[in-house]
Amino acid sequence: MRLNLRFDSLKQTKPAEYVSRFVFGGLVTVLAGFVADHFGPVIGGLFLAFPGIFPAGVSLVEKHKTLRETAEGKLGTWSARGQASVEATGASVGTLGLMEFAVVLWQGLPTHNFPSMLFTAGGMWIAVSCLFWWIRERM
Amino acid sequence: MTDIMLRFLIGGIVVSVFATLGEVVKPESLGGVFAAAPTIALATLALTMHKHGGVYVATEARLMVAGAVAFFAYACVVSFVLMRKRPKALTTAIALLPIWFAMAAGLWALWLRR
Repeated sequence: MRLNLRFDSLKQTKPAEYVSRFVFGGLVTVLAGFVADHFGPVIGGLFLAFPGIFPAGVSLVEKHKTLRETAEGKLGTWSARGQASVEATGASVGTLGLMEFAVVLWQGLPTHNFPSMLFTAGGMWIAVSCLFWWIRERM
Repeated sequence: MTDIMLRFLIGGIVVSVFATLGEVVKPESLGGVFAAAPTIALATLALTMHKHGGVYVATEARLMVAGAVAFFAYACVVSFVLMRKRPKALTTAIALLPIWFAMAAGLWALWLRR
């Protein structure tokens, strides 16, 4: 399977969708900070992996696929929801990288400096996610 | 107030960047990986580190592992239901969010509370 970047897919996203994405992302982050401040690092830590933007993400995938199919004269709902399922499968693979990201910070932070651990954790997130995605594509 | 504004701004930017990456990267299954990017963590950890220090952030990260395991279970169920039953994606993703809460609470109670 070929990997590529398709910038033309950005044309499907309306300005209002970019704004709502920004606002929603900001609100979820503020909420996570609020939870950590009021309930401490234990409950706050759980919310660092809260799937806050995931519902909006799969919904957008469904919406865009439906619009594409409708433009081609098809009904599109069935395949659009299948496409959303593929997005959700990708997210499940991404959570394996998210676990690795958290483990690196958990194990490394008390003894190592923050910027280098954050950089390492970010690198591990993308590496583990891509590795498991590659394995899954070959299953 | 400044702290809230800063969190909002950074969170909005980080989420927008990862969402855009997820949209641009093809095939879609790889783009989906970005839906589970550590966006909230990237947006908040630097501020938390500045306020509370490394041990506090390490504690948060330990619990984040449980949150990520819960996210994995939740995303698998959403994917399965969408593929098998084809209901509306947004309704499904929101209706199944209790799976994340139940898994996260269960992992916390069984493993991390000690």
